[in-house]
Amino acid sequence: MDERDLPTREKVLWWIAGVVVIVYALFPVVWIVALSFKTPSDLGSKRFWPTSWVWENYDNILAGDAQELFLSALRNSIGISLIATFISVVLATFAAYAIARLDFPGKRVILTTALAVAIFPVISIVTPLFNLWRNIGLYDTWPGLIIPYLSLTLPISIWTLSAFFRQIPWELEQAAQVDGATTWQAFRKVIVPLAAPGVFTTAIISFFIAWNDFVYGISLTSTERARPVPAALAFFTGASQFEDPAGSIAAAAVIVTIPVVVLVLLFQRRIVSGLTQGAVKG
Amino acid sequence: MTTTRVPDSAAEQEAVAAALSDRARAERRLGWWLAGPAFVVMLLVTAYPIVQAFYDSLFQFRLTDPDAREFNWLGNYWVVLTDSVWWQAVGVTVLITAITVAVEAVLGFALALVMHRALRTLRPVLRTAILVPYAIITVVSAFAWFYAFDISTGFVNSWFDWLPGIGADTNWFGEFSTSVTVIIASEIWKTTPFISLLLLAGLAQVPEDLQEAAKVDGATWWQRMYKVTIPNMKAAIMVALLFRTLDAFRIFDNVFIMTQGSNNTEVVSFLAYRQTISRLEIGLGSAVSVLLFLCVVLISFTFIKLFKVDLASARGER
Repeated sequence: MDERDLPTREKVLWWIAGVVVIVYALFPVVWIVALSFKTPSDLGSKRFWPTSWVWENYDNILAGDAQELFLSALRNSIGISLIATFISVVLATFAAYAIARLDFPGKRVILTTALAVAIFPVISIVTPLFNLWRNIGLYDTWPGLIIPYLSLTLPISIWTLSAFFRQIPWELEQAAQVDGATTWQAFRKVIVPLAAPGVFTTAIISFFIAWNDFVYGISLTSTERARPVPAALAFFTGASQFEDPAGSIAAAAVIVTIPVVVLVLLFQRRIVSGLTQGAVKG
Repeated sequence: MTTTRVPDSAAEQEAVAAALSDRARAERRLGWWLAGPAFVVMLLVTAYPIVQAFYDSLFQFRLTDPDAREFNWLGNYWVVLTDSVWWQAVGVTVLITAITVAVEAVLGFALALVMHRALRTLRPVLRTAILVPYAIITVVSAFAWFYAFDISTGFVNSWFDWLPGIGADTNWFGEFSTSVTVIIASEIWKTTPFISLLLLAGLAQVPEDLQEAAKVDGATWWQRMYKVTIPNMKAAIMVALLFRTLDAFRIFDNVFIMTQGSNNTEVVSFLAYRQTISRLEIGLGSAVSVLLFLCVVLISFTFIKLFKVDLASARGER
């Protein structure tokens, strides 16, 4: 459809529809930002925007009383999510390569397992792990979260990557070898540039999922040693015990949302193709 | 060797048919060497825990009193299944799942249509905006919605006090129906983008010439929607619905943040959490976990058998 042929009335309608979608998507985010800039006394103003914009809440979580709680949670979240993402992307890259290129029995079994693991109720894994982790000393540690995070990140990585790898024209590698490249050169110069975007996109999606986890975070940790941000938010208190923590929580929420929004802004196109490719294919 | 594919020549196929050629055998071995670790890790982090959960569920076992641990067959299941708390939680979970999935299917389809038809200048902006709710932490979304409706911090009461039933002192988290409404709203906001992106991919696969042909034949917009668009993207719709149903059935974060299960808003995941982590009743908690797992299996099975969801297409295979 060529949009220049559209009548003006219809064009205006699509513009309005588009604006409605943008408002829908961003409204709660704008609200939490507005909330994070309110003073404690302004929290109960029942208005959307702050009466005066202050950095007080950010001060509190980055340099004030809640600093210890928030910054350690931030460190835990970043570290644990990155490590879990790295492990699952490496494992998934090998697996997806085998699935896309080699012929071996059990391919379907692996993909079906990935699907089954992806729909697994997280809480059913937590119950036995809670007991086991306490017995073997993994409770409230980084590995104690990284291992169960793999159940979230690995299936989707295998899935997305095998969909990506299926589309790579692998014959190019042989063509390069015919043209005189060594096996290693052919791999490095031809295959790596073709495969890298898929691996990268998978890493982003997998990071989002690890970053989002809440159930493991609250169930398998008890202190600042390993508690990630979403779990820490649930245990936040205000500057003093009697103060509403809403402002601090909002500020912390904004900070952990920034990296997510940046990734989305930079890689929007890739993330969309990664999310849909594995799932729907004609 | 490691980088070649089985050649399709007739001679090679004969060799494979007769007995596995060295090359095919090596390829098989390599395949498992590469895919094996991922496969084993997946089994270790899910199959093992669920077996352990089943084993634990056969014992009467509370962490605070480990010496009293005793085998009692399916006693825990009997306790859970005869308790109204369990059925209440199942009812709430089913209610939340049914409403969210139904609303999301319609809303997600509308969003997909807008993104599909949007003017070229607007399209990337829309896709970026729609990814924000998808990528945001569920707990953050829960807090945003909670504070918006909360009686002391919220703006909703003062914005909508002209509506019947809403006033300055409406306590949204004071009773069941309003609490569940806000929980569902947050869940819908956060997860509709995912469904709409899947549906958008489905929309892109509807042949444009079919649409044109229907238009030429004088079909109205609705007729084209029902007779051409939707039947052609049935696979995408079913896969999206299956995923969202299973995902909604596991709902936990929103309930935890907003109500902690008060006013009868307890869902199945939260019940399992409360038994295991808060009450340290490992036996009972495991029984709830196993039952939740069985529910998920049942839902998947129903979808696949009843609606014939083609999971091969879901896996990106032909």
